[in-house]
Amino acid sequence: MINSILAVSLNLITGYTGQLSLGHATFMGLGAYAATLFTLKLHFPFLAALIAGALVAAFFGFIIGVPTLRLKGDYLAIATLGFGEITKNILMNLKITGGPMGLRGIPKVTNVYIAAVALFLVIFSLNRIMNSRVGKSFIAIREDELAAEAMGINTTQFKILAFIIGAFYAGLAGGLYAFLFRYINPKDFGFMKSIEILCMVVLGGMGNTYGAVLGAFIITILPELLRSVSPVIAQYRMVFYGLLLVIMMIVRPQGIMSAQALEKKKYKSSLEKGGL
Amino acid sequence: MEILEGHDLTMVFGGLAALTSVDIKIEEGEILSVIGPNGAGKTTLFNLLTGVYSPTSGKIYFKKKEIKNLKPYQITKLGIARTFQNIRLFGEMSVLDNVIIGQHCRTKTGIFGAILRTPSVKKEEASVNEKAMDILKFVGLEKVYNEKAKNLPYGKQRRLEMARALATDPELILLDEPAAGMNPFETNELIELIGKINEMGKTILLIEHDMKLVMGISKRIMVLDYGKKIADGPPEEIKNDERVIKAYLGESSRREGRAC
Repeated sequence: MINSILAVSLNLITGYTGQLSLGHATFMGLGAYAATLFTLKLHFPFLAALIAGALVAAFFGFIIGVPTLRLKGDYLAIATLGFGEITKNILMNLKITGGPMGLRGIPKVTNVYIAAVALFLVIFSLNRIMNSRVGKSFIAIREDELAAEAMGINTTQFKILAFIIGAFYAGLAGGLYAFLFRYINPKDFGFMKSIEILCMVVLGGMGNTYGAVLGAFIITILPELLRSVSPVIAQYRMVFYGLLLVIMMIVRPQGIMSAQALEKKKYKSSLEKGGL
Repeated sequence: MEILEGHDLTMVFGGLAALTSVDIKIEEGEILSVIGPNGAGKTTLFNLLTGVYSPTSGKIYFKKKEIKNLKPYQITKLGIARTFQNIRLFGEMSVLDNVIIGQHCRTKTGIFGAILRTPSVKKEEASVNEKAMDILKFVGLEKVYNEKAKNLPYGKQRRLEMARALATDPELILLDEPAAGMNPFETNELIELIGKINEMGKTILLIEHDMKLVMGISKRIMVLDYGKKIADGPPEEIKNDERVIKAYLGESSRREGRAC
């Protein structure tokens, strides 16, 4: 479920707004570290630490977003990748973050119910955003940035906004992660994790929130299933990821759930309610 | 009164001058057409006026306000809307959503409003929906409001682009080849539509190759060739202008093959 939140938050940036980010685990890591430090050093209660962690991640989303979102496509992807590595190295070398040893002794608070509530709140708020003027602007930017700007959308500002919201949710997921595993380490939030999140989004269907949730569940559960079938297969799970993605790209490039399948239905009912 | 003025506009790309000291003036409420052979600088002129490019030199005033260094979204907010020569709709979005996006700069729901859905947000949403539907009725697309924009036939896509431009509540609309690729029947419908928009009090600046459309509705025509203004006047005068005929039909082998 934590993975679902991550996938949903990246889906906002990549699936809806169309900005490819390869450093999403960075925001998760920042949220995890911030929430942990707020608890261990300042003795914040769980909920406050979680929100503080998410806010810190959102703040860094803003800091990273301002210079990088002037770039487009591949360049943006490389820049976010770079920022991810920089952050990882800073976390590895700071004293307060425990260096490469990471941080331990975090109380275990997160359980399945708390994660479920968090996921519900994230999806609920995201749905409201996507159905509003703000969300429609995100999609317009993905569809045609020049036309979006000609329609009066301040595209830079809205791209940064998408980045901030996505970073906030990722930071929240990071906090939940820290309070679940009780131990965090910079390597948990490296490039491989970013790619894993991206796989979830692509697998489930770019631009579809429920698709992202589904993709996250598959990518999370699949290795466990394979492990129970045969430990040898589990060793090769990265190969399976790769294979799965290649097959997906050929058979169904839009993901398991396509972006518009659900939206259209929802849209119609909302219009009928509106009396049009 | 002039609604838009461009003085001495020059635009250089690398070593190529796309426009060389072009002056343009548009009176409030008029329909002005810009014509000229391919590559004459018409679309460049549009891109300067809407802030996509900043001119190499020259000045642009909209309602006496300098707009040369403004961004496209700021210019849209001031009241200039445009359509694109190669249609640029939001293809995956519904027809209605395309028009709703057009109202972006006239509405203000932010992220917290969106999550909380306060009464004022709901009210704004309802009025936006209603206005979008009104605009679709105006251009005759109300029946396909729920279709994806990319699934519309070509002529309807062109009209949706105009609907979307209208939704920004502009005083001046720039239409870049609205009749391109249309059959004569669709062109006639378009002429009627442009006339109706003009009657609503909107000023229209038009790029077009379809001479029937241009001669039929323009109050004034401006002719560009090789980035320079070669003529400016009412349609009858332009029809008989020697330089215009030369630019279009050629006087020697040098210009052969550029006839329109």
